[in-house]
Amino acid sequence: MSAPAVRIRDLKRTFTLKGVLNGVDLDIAPGEFVALLGRSGSGKSTLLRALAGIDHEAEGTGEMALPPRIAVIFQDARLLPWLRVLDNVTLGLPRRALKQAAQALEEVGLAGRERSWPHELSGGEQQRVALARALVREPALLLADEPFGALDALTRIQMHALLRRLSERHKPAILLVTHDIDEAIALADRIVMLDDGRLAADLRVRDAASAALRTTLLAKLGVG
Amino acid sequence: MNAHSGEFIAAQPTLVPPAQRAPLGPGTPSRHGHLLGPLLLLLYWGVLSATGWLDPRTLPAPWTAITTGAELLGEGRLQANLAVSAARAASGLVVGGIAGVLLAFLSGLSLLGGYVIDGVVQLKRGIPILAIIPFMVLWFGIGEPMKVAVIAVAAFFPIYIQTHSALRAIDLRYVELAETLGLNRWQFLRTIVIPGALPGFLLGLRFGATAAWLALVVVEQLNATSGIGYMVTLARNYAQTDVMLVGLVVYALLGFGTDSAIRWTERRLLTWRRTLGR
Repeated sequence: MSAPAVRIRDLKRTFTLKGVLNGVDLDIAPGEFVALLGRSGSGKSTLLRALAGIDHEAEGTGEMALPPRIAVIFQDARLLPWLRVLDNVTLGLPRRALKQAAQALEEVGLAGRERSWPHELSGGEQQRVALARALVREPALLLADEPFGALDALTRIQMHALLRRLSERHKPAILLVTHDIDEAIALADRIVMLDDGRLAADLRVRDAASAALRTTLLAKLGVG
Repeated sequence: MNAHSGEFIAAQPTLVPPAQRAPLGPGTPSRHGHLLGPLLLLLYWGVLSATGWLDPRTLPAPWTAITTGAELLGEGRLQANLAVSAARAASGLVVGGIAGVLLAFLSGLSLLGGYVIDGVVQLKRGIPILAIIPFMVLWFGIGEPMKVAVIAVAAFFPIYIQTHSALRAIDLRYVELAETLGLNRWQFLRTIVIPGALPGFLLGLRFGATAAWLALVVVEQLNATSGIGYMVTLARNYAQTDVMLVGLVVYALLGFGTDSAIRWTERRLLTWRRTLGR
């Protein structure tokens, strides 16, 4: 077996605003799509923020080995309102990235919208720009924090298909934080569940068994 | 059957056009609607002057401002004094503006800077600008440096305060974004901090320009030998109310012109904003 893209050992986070971690072990293989489920306050966002390196306010210990290129997608598209769509995609990249950026916009179905302002786009389109901004960085690990939570049901289904397609083409390792079991089953190769800051389940997704898997997960979340 | 259908037709509701709902909002604004008030005032003033109700020694007629203004222009006095005044206000505004922006960035972007600078500025803010003129005279004399310094101090405060609060209001989520995108300090400043603070700076610049003109009026009446204020003070000594009136009109035009210019710049620079006022 090849070396994992992500390796986390005994990760602990205390004194955070968004829930604690009580010793998390997790490996993610290169190109693997992992969904991270959990109730609110279970530590999902804390784990993702630790991996993204933006949890300055948190204190804790543990080991993390991460790939050099990581991209993050937030629940809000988080586009800078004063930059046009294309400039939002290339933010922080050298000039020569312009071509790839236009290509990434085309991949997410926004060709021709390069010169638009973010406020001229719908919520789903803004989130697709955020996806293009992540893609153009060619990440080895893509972290997504409930990226479709704020979208309407139809747009969410379209975004699922798009993310699935892009992940198959670009093959980054993906950690998708979500509280939506159906979303996790529809998208991921593997589902891990956090409960009270600890890994409570680690399951492979196989199409045939998805109904049974759904029941298992619901039970583990305490709603089944 | 027939009776039935007849009944059916009779039972059909009569169609009436829907009552037009009176809109509760004020309606669509006209482009030049703001001119109505000033024009009415001008008309009132003109009528009073023409009918002789208003003594020209109290307030000359509106057209006197134009004729006297034309005479002063012919003599070359108006443009010479205007140039001096404008240069004074502009240099004060530039000095105060640069200081305001620099200190706002220092105190807005570093904790230590905030502790050191912001407290002092807030303290000083309580002192009216006119009250510091005696000290300014003591430090800078009664010449040109004192005048520019007073204007600079007057313009500094609004520019500092608005820029500083805009910097402080930059969304933390954008800071997180910058970290995940691996922006360096300079990129962060250029793509997030400066554009984020720009609306606040421009607002401060508008207030600062108004404050600069106000300070100009005051300092030009202190031992000046040139400028619009000097022209007005001189006219007052000879009871030339028409020249005094021209001075007032020029101040009004300057203030209004500066504000319009900054607002025009604002619209150009902030096209990304979608606001109610446009």
